[in-house]
Amino acid sequence: MPKDTGIGASDKRREDIRFLTGAGHYTDDIKHYGATTAIFCRSTVANGIIKSIDTSAAEAMPGVLAIFTGADFADVGGNPAGWLINSRDGTPMKEPKRPVLAHGKVRHVGDAYAAVIAETELQARNAAEAIVAEIEELPAIVDMAAALAGDAFVHDEIGTNQCFDWGWIEDNRAATDAAIKAAPHVTTLELVNNRLVPNAMEPRCSIGSYDAGNDSYILQTTSQNPHLTRLLISAFVMGIPENKLTVIAPDVGGGFGSKIYHYGEEALVLAAARKIGRPVKWTADRTEAFLTDAHGRDHVTKIELACEKDGTFIAFRTETMANVGAYLSNFSTATPTFLHGTLMAGNYTVPNVYVNVKAVFTNTAPVDAYRGAGRPEATYSIERVIDKAARELGIDPIAIRRKNFVKPDQYPFTSAAGLEYDSGNYDALMDTLEKHIDRDGFAVRRKASEARGMLRGLGLNAYIEACGIAPSNLVGVLGSRVGLYDAATVRVNATGNLSVMVGAHSHGQGHETVFPQIVGEMLGIDPASIDIVHGDTSKIPFGMGTYGSRSLAVCGSAMVRATEKIIAKAKKIAAHMLEASADDVDFKDGQFTVKGTDKSVSFGEVALKAYIPHNFPIEDIEPGLEETAFYDPANFTYPSGAYACEVEVDPDTGKVRVDRFVAVDDFGNIMNPMIVTGQVHGGLGQGIGQALLEGARYDDDGQLLSASYMDYTMPRADDLPFYTVDHANGTPCTHNPLGVKGCGEAGAIGSPPTIVNAVVDALQSAGKNVTHIDMPLTPLRVWDAMQNA
Amino acid sequence: MASVAMVVNGKSITREVEGHTLLVDFLRDDLRLTGTHVGCDTSQCGACVVHVNGQSVKACAMFAIEADGADVATIEGQANKDGSLNVIQQAFQDHHGLQCGFCTPGMVMTAAALLKENPKPTEAEVRSYLEGNICRCTGYHNIVKAIMAASGQDVTAIAAE
Repeated sequence: MPKDTGIGASDKRREDIRFLTGAGHYTDDIKHYGATTAIFCRSTVANGIIKSIDTSAAEAMPGVLAIFTGADFADVGGNPAGWLINSRDGTPMKEPKRPVLAHGKVRHVGDAYAAVIAETELQARNAAEAIVAEIEELPAIVDMAAALAGDAFVHDEIGTNQCFDWGWIEDNRAATDAAIKAAPHVTTLELVNNRLVPNAMEPRCSIGSYDAGNDSYILQTTSQNPHLTRLLISAFVMGIPENKLTVIAPDVGGGFGSKIYHYGEEALVLAAARKIGRPVKWTADRTEAFLTDAHGRDHVTKIELACEKDGTFIAFRTETMANVGAYLSNFSTATPTFLHGTLMAGNYTVPNVYVNVKAVFTNTAPVDAYRGAGRPEATYSIERVIDKAARELGIDPIAIRRKNFVKPDQYPFTSAAGLEYDSGNYDALMDTLEKHIDRDGFAVRRKASEARGMLRGLGLNAYIEACGIAPSNLVGVLGSRVGLYDAATVRVNATGNLSVMVGAHSHGQGHETVFPQIVGEMLGIDPASIDIVHGDTSKIPFGMGTYGSRSLAVCGSAMVRATEKIIAKAKKIAAHMLEASADDVDFKDGQFTVKGTDKSVSFGEVALKAYIPHNFPIEDIEPGLEETAFYDPANFTYPSGAYACEVEVDPDTGKVRVDRFVAVDDFGNIMNPMIVTGQVHGGLGQGIGQALLEGARYDDDGQLLSASYMDYTMPRADDLPFYTVDHANGTPCTHNPLGVKGCGEAGAIGSPPTIVNAVVDALQSAGKNVTHIDMPLTPLRVWDAMQNA
Repeated sequence: MASVAMVVNGKSITREVEGHTLLVDFLRDDLRLTGTHVGCDTSQCGACVVHVNGQSVKACAMFAIEADGADVATIEGQANKDGSLNVIQQAFQDHHGLQCGFCTPGMVMTAAALLKENPKPTEAEVRSYLEGNICRCTGYHNIVKAIMAASGQDVTAIAAE
């Protein structure tokens, strides 16, 4: 039974009150005294040489306070990639500089080459239009294969458009090739993982302020990880000492990856604030968001699955081209490699896996981690090719997966792609899925659909992902330039209430509600007396932020460790108050009790004593009750799941309707079922959006054709069904204190192949030999596939 | 500059505005009612929905001077007189109909308009009515459920949470 309070209870979200009453504080809601506005001049061509920029007319316009061009930042650093990838030949990846403002060349539509600061937005816009930039347009490099084959480069100084050519695991290459050559059956699939725009509903916004008296800066910005942003600005881009820069991410209206990264606009508003001595605000409009937010996915892949005739998997071999766009965004090199290649064994005991990824520069917006980040790409490739293989071999799609699943007695299981899965039970997930989907009734439902002139398909899928990012030692060996621990400070105030400062940032995930549920249960006190403080580098010890479904597994673990330290110290204080040895003091339900007696003090009394240390063992115990912990995970966590959906396809129009969708997930232990279910819903919405609706399209000139909500199809309420979500019987993570795995990305990882598998199944039921359609499965693509089959 | 007078959340206000000032910017910048949000520049996302003379309107799609003399309601005026959440707001909290909160004011205002027109909408009617409101967080499941619950319908049969 679900609990009513504490860990595992579906507490309603406390943050909802402010969001439901219009009392939230998003960055653009903040209005500083004397604030000014920044507007950027952005390239309208995908590739071009900046011949000259004439700002003289703009400088003379009313309200203009300052104008910046790339020349102003030529001597400061670039925005770096956080992960060094080495190519198969051992050479390091190519890392062209990513400047604050484009200098010399513009490299994608939307690339900013100048910025105007003015008293008002209108004045800044007018002045920006008066800036005359002479840009000699060059042919755009858009297609990845052409980029690799051609002799024109996005970055001339590196002399290639290939960022790296990575093999995983390179030592397994020959064995995998040999296994595939000798295999009785090989299924091959070429597919595109479509480029997406994250589209958090709140556009990016940054406000820079400068205090000349202290030579210090404040950046208020739409960030998923203010400490990481501070580190990047301080150590790499601007050289502002960390102790002179505060980064604050207030309420943030969604991120989905796109707000992990540091962007040039953040550096610009800081530099501008210093120059003019007043706060400078920039707010993206939606068009800017489409043109400049880091996009997601964009892989072109060939995958081969070798198996025995009975469906036993022998090898997966994958060749992928991954688009990194015009510049390397902060996680862009990790996403197609260690968040993708390492997952290419899936949930399976397959002995041979080899992945080759070529990362390619193009004249398009940077591409980086978007909800799921590499793992959706891995799952899509694996689960689509398995479905195709099952059809070729005449094996049931569930049976072929079960035949190859890692079994519960095999944990810890080291996959052929090198990860050590600590726990899971994929057969149990599939059992639960089968209970939900009424597979026996499918034939009847299909007949009913056919009676209405519709085709019905059933799609099935299993996924595994790596979350809880990440063990610093391991990622350090793999090329990460940062550690991926997290931190928390638990501050017990004198009057017994708590402030808990956490490095994770909440922008929809409900940390403000869930984290107090955990600390409240550990301390036996009302969660309502605990507040979470997040998003401010001046208040929080440190933090690597929120992404990769890591907040609870990593930062939550730090919070648990800090709370354990609180209990340990409080026990000593209680022992003194009770005139007992600390070893003889038990702590339960908020009371410290001397074993075998009725002598007891409450947590609140101990807190007060800590701050009013009269008659206090000052030589043994410091006053105060505040503890900090940093937590570095021992391993990734491995959420997994089994998904199914039924779709109806209109054969006359190619229109696909999702009739039902079932998601069964293993997230380990569940802290708040309501919130976890909501996270799955959101992931499903984005995954189904990828499968059916969404696609960022550049034309041959590098113009983004889908740069507004009239052109890029966001899922709307009537595109999506009610979902059935079940995460009741997870296997706990074995290496973090809460036994949690992470739930934020699963829905977006597991759903795209489920949908495509279902549509292929529907078309096959009509005798159409359609084995694959690239996403998004628009009516035109589905209809075309039917006509050509 | 032109003078505009309107009633906003029951309070009469008069201000000088530029002719090109959008209602949404007037609400956010001049009246500091920042609960009404701007999520796009093509009147597609619905984060800025308010009520003007009882009709739901995208506040990015009209000028402030066009609201001269109008009765305007925003998210800030939706709670009950005692400050507690109204039925729709409460249903959104009860059914986890929001995550990041950015689209939420527009969703609540649109839901209020729907329930005024159609007190017992079906699932399909709710989904159809939300065509002008985009949410990126929830996959809409709990928004649809919350609106149906706010209309007094039993939603316990709608799959988990």
